[in-house]
Amino acid sequence: MKAITLDNITKTYDKGKVLAVDKASFELEQGETFGLIGPDGAGKTSIFRVLTTLLLPDGGNATVAGYDVVKQYELIRNCIGYMPGRFSLYQDLTVEENLNFFATIFNTSIEENYELIKDIYVQIEPFKTRRAGKLSGGMKQKLALCCALIHKPVVLFLDEPTTGVDAVSRVEFWEMLKRLKYQGITILVSTPYMDEAALCDRIALIEGGKILSIDSPANTVKKYPGKLFAVKSANMHRLLHDLRDYEGTRSCFTFGDSMHLSFKQDSDNAVSTLTNYLTGKGQQQLEITEIPAGIEDYFIRITEKQNEQHSHTS
Amino acid sequence: MRTLRFLLQKEFRQILRSRSLLISIILGPVIQLTLLPLAANFEVKKIAVAVVDHDHSTYSNKLIAKIYASKYFSGGTYHSSYEAANKMIEQNKADIILEIPQGFERNLVREGHEEVYVAVNAINGTKAGVGSGYLGAIVADFNQDVRLQWNQPGHFSEAPTIDVVNANWYNPFMSYFLFMVPGLIVSLLTGIGAFSASLNIVKEKEIGTIEQINVTPIKKHHFILGKLIPYWVLSMFVFTIGMLVSRFAYGIVPVGNIGLLYGFLSAYLITLLGAGLLISTYSDTQQQAVSLAFFFVLVFNMISGVFTSIDSMPDWGKALSYLSPMSHFAAVMRMVVLKGSTFHDIQPHFIAIIILGIVFNTWAVLNYRKTT
Repeated sequence: MKAITLDNITKTYDKGKVLAVDKASFELEQGETFGLIGPDGAGKTSIFRVLTTLLLPDGGNATVAGYDVVKQYELIRNCIGYMPGRFSLYQDLTVEENLNFFATIFNTSIEENYELIKDIYVQIEPFKTRRAGKLSGGMKQKLALCCALIHKPVVLFLDEPTTGVDAVSRVEFWEMLKRLKYQGITILVSTPYMDEAALCDRIALIEGGKILSIDSPANTVKKYPGKLFAVKSANMHRLLHDLRDYEGTRSCFTFGDSMHLSFKQDSDNAVSTLTNYLTGKGQQQLEITEIPAGIEDYFIRITEKQNEQHSHTS
Repeated sequence: MRTLRFLLQKEFRQILRSRSLLISIILGPVIQLTLLPLAANFEVKKIAVAVVDHDHSTYSNKLIAKIYASKYFSGGTYHSSYEAANKMIEQNKADIILEIPQGFERNLVREGHEEVYVAVNAINGTKAGVGSGYLGAIVADFNQDVRLQWNQPGHFSEAPTIDVVNANWYNPFMSYFLFMVPGLIVSLLTGIGAFSASLNIVKEKEIGTIEQINVTPIKKHHFILGKLIPYWVLSMFVFTIGMLVSRFAYGIVPVGNIGLLYGFLSAYLITLLGAGLLISTYSDTQQQAVSLAFFFVLVFNMISGVFTSIDSMPDWGKALSYLSPMSHFAAVMRMVVLKGSTFHDIQPHFIAIIILGIVFNTWAVLNYRKTT
């Protein structure tokens, strides 16, 4: 049995005027960590809300832990953990009271499943009498994860768990997810951060409600067509203009401290021709190196294809 | 049942932790019931009269003295002309002008007939109506005195008159507090109940906790009951405080059975909290809920009969009043507290409140289902 299946799930808002999810289909194996990667408004949260039985799909079928999301929603609610993007625990209850409350409504207790949350809970245990609203961002995240796990769910849904959390806490959080994976819990996680995508078993790239690609992170980047170059120079601002004006440029965008550039045609002398062109423009300390494409590069590449009719020069 | 117990435990914890809510629930009724009846008093006193006496005679002086002897009139001023008196009205320093014409005494004695001119500032309608009524009564009384003085004793008994004597049942001394305090308790309870119930579920919607609740196996009716029961208990508590204040601050002891009052209150609260829940299901934010609740509480108050008489409303007003749960509770409250009505007397109100309760709650539950 698959942990999650989606078959042509469609969801629209405003009586069909806004298409949020467009015939999305994918499947999750048991114990898999699956990432939904896409920018804000791509439809990630809508998919989450359909799968967690909070929203009825307009079309298609979906199952979670073998149960249908429409017909057997009550069974699903017994065996999933959901951590919404926004912190949504009771701010006026203490850490312990929140955890206790969510344990009791699932007919269990903190003691019964303590093993599962131990690694995470020990970090917030010193603050267990503090009200949840008074916790720091990273602590809230940990508490929310504990509350989502306290009834030993089969499938865990994490909707942008690391948005608004500092870099250190983000790394810690993914460490915790890795440990949960060893416990055999299937995790569906969404994130707008491409660097986190590499930590999933498989990822689905989503944009405008459409699933563009499903593969492992390693295979996803291998699918990048052609070569990618990192270009640096003394004057980065002029460099961007010069590169975009260059007739051989397919696409060019700023990425960290360099420009990521792809050519329309990867000929052998493409780099030397470009070097001549840029030197002619007066660029100094020029560095052009071929680099392996990252997930973000691939994402931009395929979304460009989606929007072929729009020019990508701005 | 187990789930409900945990929900209630959580709900009470949150309520007891919210200081502003507790203050408004405990101190609110005490302060409002000690201050409001004094302020929201419809008895008209301190009516300022501007007197224009063109006669300056013994009789005109007698009439003026008689007016000032009344506790309802005060702050009178004398003016030489009607224009000067009118200025006082324009400046809002006088409520009534009494103009006594020249030759008042002479005409009264010689012809047995004279007229005085009364002009009333009708900006405050109640004051104008009551004030001119009082003044009219005093003038009539003065008239009677004059007739007594001038007519021969043997004569006036020949004209038979009917003397009307009033007895004020259920409130023999026409105590304003006895009438108003029970009404204010109803108004207060309605406000607290409707606001807290309408805010409650919306609050969970707004801070997102409802999402977390909805993905758990908690049943909807458990969740709704978990929300309503605490406020039902709290409102009972507020009512008890209100009754204690009215007992010890105003000495109001209900004539009727207090158990009957609580019985009716139980039903009323289910209806009221259902209406609050209905508002909750139609709003997405606490702000929307408060605006809606405010609108309904205001309308309920206006047509409830607490502040104005339902009988003097137009037919549509009466119909509307019948549909408002607050009017039924206000009526029952006064019936039981002042009159000592029994279950049999309040039965129609009981039936109405139960029907309204079923309507509001069913509507709310259906709508709550639809939106999730």
